[in-house]
Amino acid sequence: MEDLLAARSQMALSMAFHIIFACIGMVMPFFMATSHYKYLKTNNPLYLDLTKAWSKGVAIFFVTGAVSGTMLSFELGLLWPEFMLHAGPIFGMPFSLEGTAFFIEAIALGFFLYGWGKFKPWFHWFTGVVIGVSGLASGILVVAANGWMNSPSGFDYVDGKFLNIDPIAAMFNDAWFTQALHMSLAAFVSTGFAVAGIHAYMMLKGQNIEFHRKAFTIAIFFGAVAALLQPISGDISAKDIAVRQPAKLAAMEAHFETSKAAPLIIGGIPDVEAKEVNYAIKIPGALSFLAHGDFEAEVIGLDQFPEEHHPPVAIVHYAFQIMVGLGMVLVSLSLLYFISLWKKKNWQVKRWFLWLFVIATPLGFIALEAGWTVTEVGRQPWIIYEIMLTKDAVTPIPGIQYSFFIFTAIYVSLAAIVSFLLYRQIKAVPESLKNNTHTSSES
Amino acid sequence: MLYVVIIFLGLSLLMYVILGGADFGAGILEMFTPASMRDQLRDTTYKTIGPIWEANHMWLIIAIVILFVGFPPIYTTLSVHLHIPLALMLIGIIGRGTAFVFRHYDAYKDDMQKVYNFVFTYSSFITPFFLGLIFGAAVGGQIDPEAKSFYEAYIHPWFNLFSISVGIFTIAICGFLASVFLVGEAKRPEVKSFVIKKAKLFIVFVVLAGGFVFGASIIDEVPLVGLLFTEWITIGILVLATLAIALLWLNLKNGNKILVRLLSGFVVAAILSAFGYHYFPDLIILKSGENLSVFNSSATGKSITTLAWALMIGSVFILPSLFYLLYSFQSGNEVEKNA
Repeated sequence: MEDLLAARSQMALSMAFHIIFACIGMVMPFFMATSHYKYLKTNNPLYLDLTKAWSKGVAIFFVTGAVSGTMLSFELGLLWPEFMLHAGPIFGMPFSLEGTAFFIEAIALGFFLYGWGKFKPWFHWFTGVVIGVSGLASGILVVAANGWMNSPSGFDYVDGKFLNIDPIAAMFNDAWFTQALHMSLAAFVSTGFAVAGIHAYMMLKGQNIEFHRKAFTIAIFFGAVAALLQPISGDISAKDIAVRQPAKLAAMEAHFETSKAAPLIIGGIPDVEAKEVNYAIKIPGALSFLAHGDFEAEVIGLDQFPEEHHPPVAIVHYAFQIMVGLGMVLVSLSLLYFISLWKKKNWQVKRWFLWLFVIATPLGFIALEAGWTVTEVGRQPWIIYEIMLTKDAVTPIPGIQYSFFIFTAIYVSLAAIVSFLLYRQIKAVPESLKNNTHTSSES
Repeated sequence: MLYVVIIFLGLSLLMYVILGGADFGAGILEMFTPASMRDQLRDTTYKTIGPIWEANHMWLIIAIVILFVGFPPIYTTLSVHLHIPLALMLIGIIGRGTAFVFRHYDAYKDDMQKVYNFVFTYSSFITPFFLGLIFGAAVGGQIDPEAKSFYEAYIHPWFNLFSISVGIFTIAICGFLASVFLVGEAKRPEVKSFVIKKAKLFIVFVVLAGGFVFGASIIDEVPLVGLLFTEWITIGILVLATLAIALLWLNLKNGNKILVRLLSGFVVAAILSAFGYHYFPDLIILKSGENLSVFNSSATGKSITTLAWALMIGSVFILPSLFYLLYSFQSGNEVEKNA
């Protein structure tokens, strides 16, 4: 295995792993705080049980997100030293702020997890909210750093040197807002649907139905609202990227030749050699409309870029199709949920309805991973867009493949253990309800 | 503003060694605890370290961010030449953090606990070892950017007696911090006398390992001994540290627990500042004799100014809430199990 490929694989694996835990770690606290709020308002012990059950999930996901995040902060240097040597002082601002947000999150987590019965109820509730808010802030800040790689700003690039560095301008780069919005919503969609799906499954099994229905309702509400907002955010992103990173958009759409009234290509198999897409559905003018708001507008194709600067078209195109396709499925399910809420209350107890949400459990996360594939692979061959090539940034140490293999083994086992723990947590829920822990543990 | 950043870097490293070190020490201590005592020790560890352990490890992230934003050549030089020990340390960090939480939050306490315990204790052991080894390698003068062979470039800089001795010394420091900390927490008399015994053992171990570091520095020709004993300030600091250790030993059994803890923190802080003062402003000493210092390797202009502001603003949020967290979970207030 070539070192560059091994380094990219290791980075991709670390990010793909981290992003799941980071998302759950930043969204679940909001579910938990909502349930906690309901408990404080209604005094219904089921909400207390739910809050505690979810807080264990938060603890497990937070630590896995934290260690994989620590890993990434080192990996940037271990794998891409040449990149960090130059980029560190420029895009470091969001990282240094993120350090604070992350720290606050860890402190708030300590207060929340170990604070039962120690603090005034509303202070305790507030610490739970702080976990969510600071987690979300961390996510938004880290995305700012990624945005900078897509839209480098805050410096002058003269003769291979980075001059007049302005970290504030770098943080507020053009890609930040669109990426952070899309990512934050995606975190809510994927976590919301995943959690709702698990609880829907438990309802189908007929255990503690009232408990799981409460859990389902909270999770799906966040997930469904975010899913309905996501297409708007996606549209903003598409219009932004059409101007800022036309090569990425062209790869997403497998749009080989610059043309006016460009068709939207749905599905299909891109043939990079022949520069065409086979078996695709083509909607005339739709790409021009989506990218520029005008059915006749010109959309830049890959032909405008030298071949060595093309991203891998097929991967980016497939990933984009997966993301949008699954996104649309989740939008439909969200609509279905709101219809059930307003008009068809009886749907919510129907088995087919619950099964739909069980099936949707992993879809949000698959869409999320596909979306990051579009962002990251779509930026290739650049590590800093149109400034530094990924191959020029890689570490000189040989044998990165062994590191890749070892960390793959670690991540795979961690994923297995976390799933196992989660399974056991869920299995244990009925027991805790039977034992009626809330009467003894609360004072 | 560069000085603000330097102070924060020093402070976060110090905090990581003391607070994170005490966490690692708890795992090291567990390794040397007979099975009959282990459950009780674990229980005490959870009650005291549980609420704060996540926060303790944030100091490392802060230090790393300061390095790559403020002193990128230092971060990248370490990343390239100490790639292997850094990766091993990371494996330790991953294993330890997850095992600590997993064993607590596993809904069933069965044989899986053995797996978590195994990972927890061994990673508590290897993480501080590699952390210390990396410190040692940074100042050991064996990093050679011009090296041609794999061994010279990526192995020899850290695989030497001096670096290994600093790694062992760090393990000793961690065990020392944890056992002294737990003395004040142990409720049952048999646990308490056990921890006191361990604390004394680790004090002896710290002194021996410290001697080993000096011995190794002589063998590896790292200019440590001479300089350390010709500078009056470092001599003063080390004399104070020795006095503090003596005082600590005498107060271990019946002394005020806060005093004992402060003394242990002071000892470690004194040792680190003596080293820090000795090497300041250099962070990496290269084979060529050239050094990467906080002055010649720092970012410039707005990068440093904004970093300094971000750190100062951050500390306004972090420090009060951290102190409140530590205050709230002082022992004496029973923390509910299985929260």
